[in-house]
Amino acid sequence: MKRKIVVTLLVFICFLLQSTVFHALAFGNIVPNLMIVLTASFGFMRGEKSGLLIGFFSGFFIDIFFGEVLGFYALLYMYIGYTNGKFNRIFYPEDIKLPMVLITVSDLFYGIICYILLFLMRAKFNIGYYFVHIILPEIVYTTFITIFLYPVILKINQRLESSEQRSAKKFV
Amino acid sequence: MSPIVKRKGEKFTLPSKYLLFILTIICAGAIILTFNTNIFSGALNTAVGYVIIPFEKGISSVGGWLSNRSEELVQIRSLLSENESLKAKIDDLTMENTILQQERYELSTLRELYQLDSQYEGYEKVGARIIAKDTGNWFHSFVIDKGEEDGIAIDMNVIAGGGLVGRIADVGPNWSKVTSIIADNSNVSGKVLATSDYLVVSGDLELYGSGVIKFEKLVDSAGKVVEGDKIVTSNISPKYLPNILIGYISSLEVDANNITKSGQLTPAVDFEHLEEVLVIRQLKQSMEE
Repeated sequence: MKRKIVVTLLVFICFLLQSTVFHALAFGNIVPNLMIVLTASFGFMRGEKSGLLIGFFSGFFIDIFFGEVLGFYALLYMYIGYTNGKFNRIFYPEDIKLPMVLITVSDLFYGIICYILLFLMRAKFNIGYYFVHIILPEIVYTTFITIFLYPVILKINQRLESSEQRSAKKFV
Repeated sequence: MSPIVKRKGEKFTLPSKYLLFILTIICAGAIILTFNTNIFSGALNTAVGYVIIPFEKGISSVGGWLSNRSEELVQIRSLLSENESLKAKIDDLTMENTILQQERYELSTLRELYQLDSQYEGYEKVGARIIAKDTGNWFHSFVIDKGEEDGIAIDMNVIAGGGLVGRIADVGPNWSKVTSIIADNSNVSGKVLATSDYLVVSGDLELYGSGVIKFEKLVDSAGKVVEGDKIVTSNISPKYLPNILIGYISSLEVDANNITKSGQLTPAVDFEHLEEVLVIRQLKQSMEE
């Protein structure tokens, strides 16, 4: 229960920050993708189910406010969360390399899928421009933000896990 | 034994691949359903309106205050030097003013010709503040702090500083989403004010960085359209009210088919520093009534 409340709050906070504060901090009109960081982190920290649920709700918020159709971003983020969950087996909290690589790849995947489905389908073929001016800057900025955001998410998750273990012991 | 069969004394849990499958179907269903209709938007927009919007309003008002203060500090120094140069300019301008007053008379007669004198003053407008912007980098829609409760409906036109910003794409009780004309997925039917030639203005992400948008399909057989011409919304657009300023032509070239022209135009609105907008509470569809 405690986990659900904390995670819901995290999704809220990331969505709010991304749609308000980070627009003021945008470099060259590029906003980092906090929702990807959150979804991917919970994916590899907690497993497939956590990843896909958090991805689904993060994407759903974006859909309601900014999506053309309901469900597109939800679907995209959900699969990103689920795929990151597959790496739960080789995840160790001490290791920072795997999270960084996974988040970077997730954002790259997100950018490419967005390009293919939202732009290529409307006959916008200049992939070079979109890659250099949208996808790549977003990845760089997101990776940069990850350095600060990921340790916070990791700490929150460790706190939650230790409190869950304590309450589990009480029942034994 | 199937993994979803419930064993005695065990808490029921759904394996993640089944959950993924179910949610995928739900999402796909929602995409198909909302592609042409907006059946869910009512309830969902109301729900998120009361949960998220208050925070966004708070954050954006604090953020706006902070950025205003920091801007003020930066500006003081430049204002001092600016003040001196402006004083010198006043003399020049008084001179110019007399000439302009003569020209004004000419302008008012020309305005009557165009019948644009009551441009958009006649429409009822409501001011709104931008409280959130698109979370992604692909499109440029934003959320404003007025909604159904303030009489806003889908397809109402949004203007700022005398130029067209976009139109309302989605409304909740206390918020609404605006699709801007510079977004890659937006198209506006416009016309050149001077010659009344129709054209299509469309946003383009590739041109977004250079601060212009593109226009196409301008049929200008007389060849009278020149750079710098005003482009306004046309009267044949189903959603935009006529004669709202969109921008000025910045470049113009003949298409390969030798019939139509296309080019780029500079929008009249500064989209980068947009904070407050005006929503015209008059829908094009109900204009005749």
